Amino acid sequence: MSVFFSYTVIGITVGAIYAITATGLVITYTTTGIFNFAQGAVGMVAAFSFWQLWQGWGWNPVLSLAVVLLVLAPLLAIGVEFVFMRRLHGASTVRSLMVTLGLLVILVGLATAIWNPQVQRIVPQFWPGDDVTILGVVINYQQLLTVIVAVAVAVAMRYFFRWFRVGVAMRAVVDDPDLVALAGAKPHRVAQMGWMLGFFFAALAGCLIAPTVASTGLNIDNLTILVVNGYAAAVVGRLRSLPWTFVGAIALGLAGEYSVGYLSQHLPSSLGGQLPELVPVVFLFVALLVVPAARLAAVGRLPVHPPPRVANLRQSLLGAAVLIVAVAAVSPLLGGSLLAAVATGLTLGIVGLSLVLLTGFAGQVSLCQLTFLGVGAYVMGKVASGGGDWLGLVAAVAVTAGLGTVIALPAIRLRGLYLALATLAFGEAAYFAFFTNTSFFPGFGGSVAVGRLSLPGVHLVGDRAELIEIAAFFALSAVAVLAVRRSNFGRRLVAMNDSPAAFATLGLNATVTKVAVFALAAGMAGLGGVLYGGETGAIAGNDTQLQFLSSLILLLFVAIWGIRTTTGALLGGLSATLLPFAETHLPAAYAGLTGLVAGVGIVLLGRSADGVLGLPQLRGRVRLPFTDTPRRPAGDGGGADAAPTDDEIKGAVGVA
Amino acid sequence: MLEARGVTVRFGGVAALTDVSLSVTAGQVTGLIGPNGAGKTTLFNVITGLQRPDRGEVRIDGSDVTRRGPHRRSRLGLARTFQRLELFGTLTAADNVRVGLEASAHHGHVIAPVSETAIGAAGDPALAVLERVGVGAVADAQVGSLPTGTARLVELARALSTGPRIILLDEPCSGLDDNETETLGALLGDLAAEGRAVLVVEHDMDLVLKVCDVVHVLDFGEVIASGTPLEIRADPIVQAAYLGRMDVPASADPDGHGAGPGRNGHGAPGVAPGGPGPVPGAPA
Repeated sequence: MSVFFSYTVIGITVGAIYAITATGLVITYTTTGIFNFAQGAVGMVAAFSFWQLWQGWGWNPVLSLAVVLLVLAPLLAIGVEFVFMRRLHGASTVRSLMVTLGLLVILVGLATAIWNPQVQRIVPQFWPGDDVTILGVVINYQQLLTVIVAVAVAVAMRYFFRWFRVGVAMRAVVDDPDLVALAGAKPHRVAQMGWMLGFFFAALAGCLIAPTVASTGLNIDNLTILVVNGYAAAVVGRLRSLPWTFVGAIALGLAGEYSVGYLSQHLPSSLGGQLPELVPVVFLFVALLVVPAARLAAVGRLPVHPPPRVANLRQSLLGAAVLIVAVAAVSPLLGGSLLAAVATGLTLGIVGLSLVLLTGFAGQVSLCQLTFLGVGAYVMGKVASGGGDWLGLVAAVAVTAGLGTVIALPAIRLRGLYLALATLAFGEAAYFAFFTNTSFFPGFGGSVAVGRLSLPGVHLVGDRAELIEIAAFFALSAVAVLAVRRSNFGRRLVAMNDSPAAFATLGLNATVTKVAVFALAAGMAGLGGVLYGGETGAIAGNDTQLQFLSSLILLLFVAIWGIRTTTGALLGGLSATLLPFAETHLPAAYAGLTGLVAGVGIVLLGRSADGVLGLPQLRGRVRLPFTDTPRRPAGDGGGADAAPTDDEIKGAVGVA
Repeated sequence: MLEARGVTVRFGGVAALTDVSLSVTAGQVTGLIGPNGAGKTTLFNVITGLQRPDRGEVRIDGSDVTRRGPHRRSRLGLARTFQRLELFGTLTAADNVRVGLEASAHHGHVIAPVSETAIGAAGDPALAVLERVGVGAVADAQVGSLPTGTARLVELARALSTGPRIILLDEPCSGLDDNETETLGALLGDLAAEGRAVLVVEHDMDLVLKVCDVVHVLDFGEVIASGTPLEIRADPIVQAAYLGRMDVPASADPDGHGAGPGRNGHGAPGVAPGGPGPVPGAPA
């Protein structure tokens, strides 16, 4: 029994930390309408800053904590609100999602640049050796403090929203910021307060977690992703209710401890060891199942930005040919490792194309697209060795598409935000339960060999030939994506994204459509994986592409270039590969460069929903392969859009 | 054909609709009028399945559809337009209509939106539907860039494209000029003559009195009167609640709704500028 108490008490202390960060998440969401994916990254930066002040510079610990929580976190919040968030008032879910994801990437990049990941940093326990015994369980002061702080947060927030003018305004602003403005409150102030409180709680949780990971030292990625627990708790509170968020957090803390205590011994050791990472993910999925379906609200908003023009079949085939020829022409100039990087970039470009389908057209966000790449490569490696390349290719696409369906089903009837959460959780689960599982990838970081895809009748010799093959696959995939966009199905995707309410009242089933496009996108990412595996010769379980940050960076780069265009996918895939490649060839001071560039690029999305290719300066002037760069803004709309002339088509090819 | 019985909807403590019942008959144009905030759009949302009522039921052809989703009701022949435009803004006008045409291609409960001869003349079903509403000229324009009045007609064309037997129009005339309004009035009559049931929310009293067969008046979420246009006009309760505040016969565009679609998805839709329009006052 004392063992049970022990798990219970520890579970509560762990849950208390989740509750604190989830409280911040919910407050920011309810006051600003923006779900802060960077919540964990803020906590991570706070934990590192705390270490820096206390351990690095030898400040007094209490002073260090005060500076981090009361100076650093609020200042960061004010800056972030001013630079990134203020422009997002009324923006679509996808755009606001991208911006907080960008913030996450910026913070990770910044932390990597400031605190070299190779150095171990340990934040010690606050009161080493001091403990109390409750119900026969020994609890140290640190754990006690955590619980006390969580209770204080719960009580304080309850009174804050009832009694304080700004608290009441924060509750009101969710309903209608314009009305609050009319009533004399300043929505900006309120939003600022929402961000400050959110960041404060993120930082508080980060500083409380820091000493609990003393055995391994602070780790940028781990601290950032730990927030998945907070997400799960917030989902239990439906992103609204603080009491339910607390319930969710404590339940999650308990579930984690009990499963480690009682379940792990019944599981194979390769899986049992990963339980701490898997429990929150399973928990999140279950929580998503019980969230009621989103009400289809009429949005009453017309898109301000004209969409990119869609290339017709002839134009897209022409673009495809140009791309293949261009790659073939450039390939002799590329050295061994650069050649490989470009080839990898093109395979990621295919995954980027899947994001054009899913996010660009249908407005759904997936944060695990590179997980499908890994699964595709794995299936290819396993099947092709016995059944041949074509069977491997078909199996890889089929398995990833099927997997996509299974993941999408619980979340897809909900708002887009929940799908993003589910995919993030799935990506993490796959990483810990599959890719780093020694039963599938023997030895930690073991790999499965993947052969090159050989086409019948074509003998590929050498890396250059393979690069051209990959370029051809990218080009054909791009042609396919554009063909989908022109088809009835593609029209439906865009329609569903523009107005879900009108979509439904025309007799169309949004759930079916979303599952279909998610499966299609997953299958396409699987195809990218087949080629990726062939290019690298194997898929390694600890491949950095399989970690959550890589999926994020790819998504961001495609969005930065233009997520509604196939050209955006091409440039996004190349950026996501060539920047890290450059990083490895630069001095160590440039660590985190990729993240910083991606993050800064995201600021652009505040100005141009279609990214770089959609910038007004570029509109209608620059034509890139596949000729679907955004068109000039339409005039008064009275004039019909004439078919492109031959000159335009020639111009389209000219720049490529 | 379409029936709402005892529909009650509450938003927090505010009753948006209280025990509202009305029925819509095939071959008739039914008007629904009332001051801003009376609950007309909420009732549309309940009927089409976008809003679940706290009490009451919605029946189509006698069968209870209250628990069915909007897409399933649409397949029974229900279509609507929105007070604040819900167009597929990144598509062209023709593509907006095509989505509806394709969606309805494989299910029954349809009265064809346009005749075969009209399709033959236009050469394209989508174009034929747009032409019927009078906006064939903008078929290839992206609807996000259209002026509100034209966009409203495109939305009507899209609703029509599913071949509805019951069509709900939420302020179809706001943003239209006098000629367009007159054409629309004639079109509503034609739609009813084809055997469709038409339910229209409109502030333009001239139009309502001219084209409607039956009119229901909604005020503070309750039906306060029902009858023929003439009866409604004469009803003292209605005059007190609504018409009475409108001394000037409503021939001018009654309020500021046509100014444009909300650009950011919120804001108070019902705030009309002063002037001869019906007086807003009821809570949302």
